[in-house]
Amino acid sequence: MGKAVAIIGTGQTKHGRRSDVCYPDLVREAVTAALEDAGITLKDIDGVVLGTMPSMMEGVSSTHFYFAEAMGALRKPVMKVETCGSTGQSIGHCGFYWVASGMADIVLVVGSEKMSEGDGQATMTTVFDPFFQRTFAAGAPGVFTMQSMEWMYRFNIPEEKGREAAAMISVSNHDNAMDNPHAHIRMRVTMDDVKNARIITYPVRLLDVCPASDGACAVIFASQEKARRICRKPAWIKGLGFRGEEFFYGESDKAIWMSATQAAREAYAQAGIRNPLKELDVAEVYNPFTYQEMIFYECFGFCPRGEAPDYVLKNTFKKNGQLPCCPSGGTLCTNPIGATGLIRLAEAALQVTGKAGARQIDGAKLALSHAMGGVDQFNAVTIVGSKL
Amino acid sequence: MTREEHRIVKGQVMVPYELALGRTWSNFYDYLKEEKIMGKKCRKCERVLVPPRSFCPRCFEDMDEWVEVSQEGVVETWVYVNMPFFAQEIKIPFISAQIRLDRSDSGFIHQIAGIDLSDFDRVRETVKLGGRVKAVWSKEKKGNILDIAYFEPVK
Amino acid sequence: MAKEYRTIRNDVALPYQWALGKTWAKFFDGLKEEKILGTKCSQCGKVFVPARTFCPECFIDMAEWVEVKPEGKVLTWTLVRAKYYGQVKEPPYIVATIQLEGTDCGFHHFIGGIDLADFKKARQKLKRGAKVKAVWSVEKKAEIYDISQFVPIK
Repeated sequence: MGKAVAIIGTGQTKHGRRSDVCYPDLVREAVTAALEDAGITLKDIDGVVLGTMPSMMEGVSSTHFYFAEAMGALRKPVMKVETCGSTGQSIGHCGFYWVASGMADIVLVVGSEKMSEGDGQATMTTVFDPFFQRTFAAGAPGVFTMQSMEWMYRFNIPEEKGREAAAMISVSNHDNAMDNPHAHIRMRVTMDDVKNARIITYPVRLLDVCPASDGACAVIFASQEKARRICRKPAWIKGLGFRGEEFFYGESDKAIWMSATQAAREAYAQAGIRNPLKELDVAEVYNPFTYQEMIFYECFGFCPRGEAPDYVLKNTFKKNGQLPCCPSGGTLCTNPIGATGLIRLAEAALQVTGKAGARQIDGAKLALSHAMGGVDQFNAVTIVGSKL
Repeated sequence: MTREEHRIVKGQVMVPYELALGRTWSNFYDYLKEEKIMGKKCRKCERVLVPPRSFCPRCFEDMDEWVEVSQEGVVETWVYVNMPFFAQEIKIPFISAQIRLDRSDSGFIHQIAGIDLSDFDRVRETVKLGGRVKAVWSKEKKGNILDIAYFEPVK
Repeated sequence: MAKEYRTIRNDVALPYQWALGKTWAKFFDGLKEEKILGTKCSQCGKVFVPARTFCPECFIDMAEWVEVKPEGKVLTWTLVRAKYYGQVKEPPYIVATIQLEGTDCGFHHFIGGIDLADFKKARQKLKRGAKVKAVWSVEKKAEIYDISQFVPIK
């Protein structure tokens, strides 16, 4: 695993529609908050990692140049990582490797997005090649619907049961977001609201899908020596995993989703976790779509294949359930893409250090964070704990 | 903060591209002009992939062998798209689907049409996961993926 | 062999709505009134045009606004003859880094008022450090081209 690494501070913007600020200023908001949380200044930062969606998203290419000042990266080494939806996790991994290698003591990691400035769907469509796949792009909701339908068909999950479980997930996440001052969508919804919402791509409806958000998140990684000296409650990186699949959609089985499964297995192996459902206290799963969230539960070993709806219906993943999932409200209520995966990590870190405020899960000591990138192509997992 | 202070500047970025297809994909489109759907077979794992790749993604070996696959296959999954978004190439509503043609070992994305798409409930009675579809060719061939106009459900 | 080297054209056009934020909005409003406004850092004393929200060195907010003269000097310049997709101006034209009086940084803009037919003569007229002044566009849109260009001061 290299040297031990901890998270000593996190910062987030108020996510939502942030047309009150230009993009660099939004980034600085998160960076300033993280520095304050960690109790350090820019002088203490040895290197900076940045991640955002590809430049088509906001129309300014090379955001690592654009944000040089805003992320305090002047005269410091900078790395940029882009893996679409999993960017936030990738940059976290990058920050971890940098400190774990012993080449830096403190690294600032920043993820951001300003979805309101560009056309998210058109940008995401360019992930597909223009020769074979782009023509038939169904949009993000469309692709995830295809995947969810394949999964339900494979495991004989009746449409009614899938619909009921997905609605419960929507209600649960929206409730959780009410306790998260950073969240974009903060409104309670009922089961009926979800089941009767506007259809996006059947059976996925408006309240089954995430918003397009503006937001930034910053996380500060530190070596064991520095963490012990300057941080009262560090969140230790216990394990990480990252796996990718083939580019052409249809070549691998998305109902089984080996990249998600293996990324989690690798992280568990590093963290020494054998029974995730029992051993994890919180799971901040990347969940822009309610139906798809259940596939992740199965890939991560929270329940057997095909049984996620049953576990959801038994309240397993609610705030007071056996394994609370997304007490922050998750991606379902907040999705500034480049920041999202990092927000999952920041939330996991807040949980295991007891700093999650109203959304705190009592006694949380071990938490999983995750994000997915591309058209169901890459999956990244990071596990944090209160003990080294 | 008043609305007045939320100044927004509208703009557009247009970027032109000219992309090389390479030999394998050029040949694939040439075959489409002849109304043949061709895949390539990996000499190691023996999978036949459509669209053809120049190398096998899993074995990392060159794929040299062309194999003609069936023009009929199974619907592995599908979605009815009725929401507009910028830069859509096909008019909504349309059906995006993952289809696995007989004699090939991967699904690929195309569209299902040739049926009345206006009524989703009716569509659901005809298009099913695990159902069979067959290729319908465009009369005019342009050397792109829509030379296969669409796949239509087969009884 | 030729048919194996096929290419396809694919143009991508995407629309944007960029938020300016308070600082940049105020800067552009200044241009509309033929004023060039910079922001000053209370810690290091540096003045920046275009105005920034925060000092890049000190990382603190800059709340102090300063109106600067629309005159300054050329730090460096180049004559653009090449054409490329999406160019704003038809070549040939001069792009320069200009530092206005009383500011601590340069910024890009066009330089006009020079006969570009004879490049040798142009080089004589426009040396490093040459003094230039802003020329305003007749029609203002609260954008950088409200300054249409800079011209040498005799």
